[in-house]
Amino acid sequence: MNNPDTTLHPHIPAPHMLDMDSKTASPYRVIRPEDTESLRTKRSANAGQLDPMITASGLVKSYRKHKTVVPVLKGVDFVAPKGRVTAIIGQSGSGKSTLLHLLGTLDQPDGGEIAFDGQRIDCLTARDRDAFRNQQLGMIFQFYHLLPELTLLENVLAPAMISHGLFSYLRNRRMVVQRAKELIDMVGLSHRMKHRPRELSGGEMQRTAIARALIANPSLLLADEPTGNLDHESGQIILRILRQLNQDHGLTIVMVTHDESIAQQCDSVVRLKDGKVERLPPTPLRTTSDAIRGG
Amino acid sequence: MYKFLLCMRYLKTRWIALASIVSVTLGVATLIVVNSVMDGFTTTMQDRMHGILSDIVLETRSQTGITQPQGYEERIRARLGDRVAGVTTVVTLPAMMTFQRNGNSHTQQINLIGIDQNTFASVSDFSKYLLHPENKKQLDFLLKNNGYAVERERMQPSGWEYRAPMARYQKVVQQRLRNAQELEQERFEQLQQKIQEETQASDGAQADPVAALMAGPGIQIANNAQQISQFDSEKEQRTGIVLGINLGSIRGREPDGTVQDFFFLRPGDDVQVTFPNAGTPPRGIDEQFTIVDFYESKMSEYDSTFAFVPLEKLQHSRGMIDPQTGAGAVTSIQIKLKPGNDLNAARDALRDEFPPTHDFVEVRTWRETQGPLLAAVQLETTILNILLFMIIAVAGFGILATFFMIVVEKTRDIGILKALGATGMGIATIFLGYGVLLGTVGSGVGVVCGLLFVWKINDIARVIEWITGREVFDPTVYYFDTIPTIIHPYMLVWVSLGAILIAVLASVLPSIRAARMHPVEALRYE
Repeated sequence: MNNPDTTLHPHIPAPHMLDMDSKTASPYRVIRPEDTESLRTKRSANAGQLDPMITASGLVKSYRKHKTVVPVLKGVDFVAPKGRVTAIIGQSGSGKSTLLHLLGTLDQPDGGEIAFDGQRIDCLTARDRDAFRNQQLGMIFQFYHLLPELTLLENVLAPAMISHGLFSYLRNRRMVVQRAKELIDMVGLSHRMKHRPRELSGGEMQRTAIARALIANPSLLLADEPTGNLDHESGQIILRILRQLNQDHGLTIVMVTHDESIAQQCDSVVRLKDGKVERLPPTPLRTTSDAIRGG
Repeated sequence: MYKFLLCMRYLKTRWIALASIVSVTLGVATLIVVNSVMDGFTTTMQDRMHGILSDIVLETRSQTGITQPQGYEERIRARLGDRVAGVTTVVTLPAMMTFQRNGNSHTQQINLIGIDQNTFASVSDFSKYLLHPENKKQLDFLLKNNGYAVERERMQPSGWEYRAPMARYQKVVQQRLRNAQELEQERFEQLQQKIQEETQASDGAQADPVAALMAGPGIQIANNAQQISQFDSEKEQRTGIVLGINLGSIRGREPDGTVQDFFFLRPGDDVQVTFPNAGTPPRGIDEQFTIVDFYESKMSEYDSTFAFVPLEKLQHSRGMIDPQTGAGAVTSIQIKLKPGNDLNAARDALRDEFPPTHDFVEVRTWRETQGPLLAAVQLETTILNILLFMIIAVAGFGILATFFMIVVEKTRDIGILKALGATGMGIATIFLGYGVLLGTVGSGVGVVCGLLFVWKINDIARVIEWITGREVFDPTVYYFDTIPTIIHPYMLVWVSLGAILIAVLASVLPSIRAARMHPVEALRYE
């Protein structure tokens, strides 16, 4: 750990989360030291043989601009183990965002395979890909990408509205809204429920985006430079929330960043350079538990 | 669910899109107003036309006409059964009407119609257009005392109240004229006497040719005076005639601007009618008639040409009565059906009964007799509708452009929705639904505006008159006091559905474009 100041201490919750600790109704209960202890031992035990959440092999992707073909990914292999935070790091134009989009089925590779939980997802039909994004994935972006016409609560509810038809939504409304409110509570924005995105600060918008990403209870969260547009303080809050989600619920996170210090806090790092994975001298997989132990 | 929510939100926050729908609103409102007024005009006109025309007419163009109308009537009744509400026989022929006014002779072309006053009312609304209240009940071709058109305050005294003093006055004038003529004659004779005596005295018994020539006019004038005295127009009337109101009046304006009919003929005046007899070759016959009433259908074509006289009188004068049987010939038989019967079916049945090759009669419905006029109005309505729908189509392109703008503006939102798992179909539905919403709002407002306009159209016309100083709606031209309007509910439905359809069609292309957007490119869009 190069910079001890940025070390994440997940067992010390952010101040705004402390008062929430007493509320037991939330499924995203704030982590307690004893919980972390058990998790920690579990993690270090399984460190070597973790199942992959999402894997990509030999990914090739190029963009066509008029007649010139710009290759972006030139055969990328990628593995994100279950329950871990994986960082994708690289220079601008190294293809890290494209890789994330391919993993998130927002785009389709020209070659190679992507498997989610052991199942191919790169050859799904458009409708199945839409359903996959809606049900299995949570996504957050550098520019938050909230819908400006909707209130904070409605933004969080949007994926649920998309997955339900009009009548099934109205039937399940109370349940879904309850869950959305818990998520908003968890990110500490319950006092801004009725506000429009333009009335929120950047950090608040990103927290809203996290709540939105979690509404369908996904097993994988893709984050595209989640702190790229935020000041240090707000960025830290976002990272803390992500880390807690990972530790508390074993949420697998794939995060694109260009910030080395953030990458260092992650469980594993994939470096992209010119559309290829940069081979580093093999280093032992850093885990959060190591970081906490002061490694 | 998100589709409906977003539709509503876009409607609430994108008021500019409503501006594009204003053209739809205007188009819809205009269509409703135009259709209502055209329908009002057509219906009023048809009512007026139909008022004088019976449902079905059997007509012959032969000079002698249908010689055995009773036989025809029986066959018609046998063929149509209880569908018939009334049958009447009519003689129609072109004629010329002459009357004296201010010492001048005036001549007008008329359609002389001989009617059976007892049965004619059973086939048309003829009686209700007459001026005198008693004639409205039953026309008897007798001059009434007075009381013509009580609702016309400016109408001068008519009937016997007018005819008797006029006749007395004329009698006095004639008497004085006669006295003057007699005096003249006396003087002339004295002068002649004197000349004769002088000539005889000077050069014997030779007659003067100049004096013999000058004796002529005096005798003629005396003969004329003799003729007039045979008929006492103070007490007697000639055969009654009912004239179309425009044959006896001119519509004009008082100095204060109110529209008024100025009568130059009044009930009680005599007119001379010249018409052909039934002989070969036809010869003109002159008959004197006394105007007993006017007829006002408010169809200028009828009001300015139709003149009704008793059927028998006309048959008699024209020599249409068979000397052996005493049956009078007619030129047409008019039939009224009971309400709700199909005119065309009855017409076809009658055509079958009286094949044109056999009987030389033409069977037509009243619509067919007025075919060209009705067709012209119909054509006008159709073309106006097409033109106005083109206006709405133009509005459709406005919507198309606006929607493309909105789709471009919402590119990132579309990307977000796709990233959250919305299908292309769902995205398209948002914009299609937005089109439906805008179309519904636009045409709804348009319907309301159109109905308000139609409801207050006469007030609006008055306001426009007041502003521009020009008369929008001239009663002297149209014979309507107010602009007639009729609103058909199906027309409202048709117009608003059409407008909504255009709005939806205009949003199809932008919707497809939105649905096909690539999520990554949409998310990157700045």
